Amino acid sequence: MIDWLKQPWPWYVAGPLIGLTVPTLLLIGNKRFGISSSLRHLCAACLPAKIPYFQYDWKKEVWNLFFVFGIFLGGIIAVQLLANPLPVAVNPALAAELKTYGITNYDALIPIEIFNWPALLHPKGLILMVVGGFLVGFGTRYAGGCTSGHAITGLSNLQWTSLVATICFMVGGFIMANLILPLILSL
Amino acid sequence: MSTIVPENDAEIRKQDSICTNETQIQHPSWYNLKYLVVGILFGIVFVKAEIISWFRIQEMFRLQSFHMYGVIGSAVVVGVVSVFLIKKINIKTIYGEQVHFDNTPFNKGQIYGGLLFGFGWAITGACPGPLFAQIGTGATVTVVTLLSAIAGTWVYGLLRNKLPH
Repeated sequence: MIDWLKQPWPWYVAGPLIGLTVPTLLLIGNKRFGISSSLRHLCAACLPAKIPYFQYDWKKEVWNLFFVFGIFLGGIIAVQLLANPLPVAVNPALAAELKTYGITNYDALIPIEIFNWPALLHPKGLILMVVGGFLVGFGTRYAGGCTSGHAITGLSNLQWTSLVATICFMVGGFIMANLILPLILSL
Repeated sequence: MSTIVPENDAEIRKQDSICTNETQIQHPSWYNLKYLVVGILFGIVFVKAEIISWFRIQEMFRLQSFHMYGVIGSAVVVGVVSVFLIKKINIKTIYGEQVHFDNTPFNKGQIYGGLLFGFGWAITGACPGPLFAQIGTGATVTVVTLLSAIAGTWVYGLLRNKLPH
């Protein structure tokens, strides 16, 4: 059992479990599954700076901060108790492409050759972590939700506006991964 | 820390109408621990299904693996069926409240913001949820990515009125 749990879980186990988060949060407290809002609540709590967008009672949304803190703890538990001892398996075509950028380490779920503290001092690392993170925060709020809020909760409620957002997430991702990211990784 | 609650509080919160808290019932704060538990389980799934993996996101955007499409697709199917059943047979919350759904009105932000988030997703290999889980797995440098995402959110709030919506 434990050995099975330590392997990477297949999509048909993980996907339905993630889908069940939607009714779980609705039924245990009328909460909508969404994660990027937590970043807004953190801004409203820590640095509202008289910006109207952050002038609301964030304490009503504190459940969302409990939820994301849980995700962080879940990450700790997963690596401490259920770590996969084998290197991360990826498509050989991807491995061949990444090798040309000097990425050959598959010990962690993120490539530690490009995501590490010293890399922040180089343009490549700065773009990958600082600019990339900024786009995630700015873009999700501008779009009004992220993969969880739009692609999962919004589509579950059959909202066409969430379908528009989800398609744009994918289009942006395809453009970046195929056309722009190769240039960044070559820096 | 005291927060002054403006009269139009709900209106401001609903500016992104996703993820707003609709319950009318007041509970002691330890009730929030149930969301912590759901978050923990969710975080474990995130890590074990490699949804937080930068490599998996690259495969997805290069059409080199079905994995992420399977995860998101099956999650949506389960979500659609669940929401349909909640509406159809009028399932109440565990506190007996009516489950509330809001439809998000269209605005251009869903296009512009969606594309910008797509760029960030492909660069960092993470949407907001995986950022928290990645830090938990020991990728401490993801703290920088998370702080940048918070900064991005803050700058959006600052510029909101000047952006096309």
